[in-house]
Amino acid sequence: MSYFTGLVLLLVASAIVNNVVLSQFLGLCPFLGVSKRVETAAGMGGAVIFVITIASFVASLIYKFILAPTGFEYMQTIVFILVIAALVQFVEMVLKKNVPSLYKSLGVYLPLITTNCAVLGTAINNVTNNYDILESVINGFGVAVGFTIAIVIMAGIREKIEYNDIPETFKGSAIVLVTAGLMAMAFLGFSGVI
Amino acid sequence: MNKYLERLYNGLWKENPTFVLMLGMCPTLAVTTSAINGIGMGLSTTVVLVLSNMMISALRNIIPDRVRMPAFIVVVASFVTIVQFLMEGFTPSLYSSLGIYIPLIVVNCIILGRAESYASKNPVIPSMFDGIGMGLGFTVGLTLIGIVREILGNGSFFGNTISILNDYHITLFGLAPGAFFVLGLLVAIMNIIRKNMAAKGKPLPAVQGCLGGDCSGCSLSSACTGKSLVHHIEELPPVDPKDVAKPQMQKPEVKHTANAKNSEDVEKSGSDSSYADDDVEGKEEDK
Repeated sequence: MSYFTGLVLLLVASAIVNNVVLSQFLGLCPFLGVSKRVETAAGMGGAVIFVITIASFVASLIYKFILAPTGFEYMQTIVFILVIAALVQFVEMVLKKNVPSLYKSLGVYLPLITTNCAVLGTAINNVTNNYDILESVINGFGVAVGFTIAIVIMAGIREKIEYNDIPETFKGSAIVLVTAGLMAMAFLGFSGVI
Repeated sequence: MNKYLERLYNGLWKENPTFVLMLGMCPTLAVTTSAINGIGMGLSTTVVLVLSNMMISALRNIIPDRVRMPAFIVVVASFVTIVQFLMEGFTPSLYSSLGIYIPLIVVNCIILGRAESYASKNPVIPSMFDGIGMGLGFTVGLTLIGIVREILGNGSFFGNTISILNDYHITLFGLAPGAFFVLGLLVAIMNIIRKNMAAKGKPLPAVQGCLGGDCSGCSLSSACTGKSLVHHIEELPPVDPKDVAKPQMQKPEVKHTANAKNSEDVEKSGSDSSYADDDVEGKEEDK
């Protein structure tokens, strides 16, 4: 299997087969909190794609060129969480100054992303699986695309659910969780693909 | 009741992080495939929580207010790294079954939430008991959910197969969808209990975590991404309602401007009243 085929398989695997929300349970907060309308869900997805891709790139650069050569691999958790928090702030500043139009559509979502454990989880997964830098970026992009797919589908379903007659006790997050369970069942069907 | 026992009671029962506050849902869903995993995750979180509460409480007068969130994160991440190494050395099988969720204890809302709302304002010993109470409450929650999922999904109890249950087990409950179903049912049951308690005039504390429907409940998003990390960033412009289709998205913005104006407001934003407000608004939207 060539390197390129490996990358494509990695992309599909991280986006769909091992979907970050529905099979790994990472990034549940925005998945439950920002999925009431398709527009906002798509905006959140865009911001997550942007941040996770950059964060996986930066984290694997730091691991490869600073932590690994100096023997400080065990510092990865501390370094990654600080780098990610600083990175989100930095991305916010750069977007605001240089790309105001993108900032206007993604800006409000950026502060919510530091809480997203998917960002830290992806950075640590990249290191655990010994991905090189290109593989890390592809994996990060795939994870974020998977998140976007899940949250947009969820938002679409929730827009319909609003008009349904739900039992009083299941209103709010309970019915959302049950819906997420049904979606996770559907995504289980992909598990034999790769 | 003395104040130490009161802290334990508070964590285990009154403000149980799993059932009442609904915090830390990522690990709750992910590791509760069996009761043993639930206990393992709960206890490792407890150790981190107790140590970080004590450390943060001891340093509470030294850490400058404006850099407190990065400082808390470094303290928590250090203890998580230590716990991770101890588990890798002494309980390798548990370590491999919990996997990535051990380093992710760092972003668990419970730990930074307790640091921000309790340990940074109280002396060392009460903070320690607060950590023990909250940690054990979390452990009990994870273990109970783990027991339910293990019986339904695997027909076993703490790893011992029970033949009658095993004949009728539903494998789905051990997999990802089962986690969502069990938690969905738990939320529904808690909704009923909440209603009954409110009718009796003893309302439960509001849901604080992601299930409150608003990510700003987590202390990380209100403080870490506010102006405390990089203080000189200019103010975000107030969000124009036309730009944002959804009223919920404006709440974090309002909080950030409040953060910058007055550090006391940060503390207020962590208090129950604001969550209660969020909750009420959420219900109105539902109607």
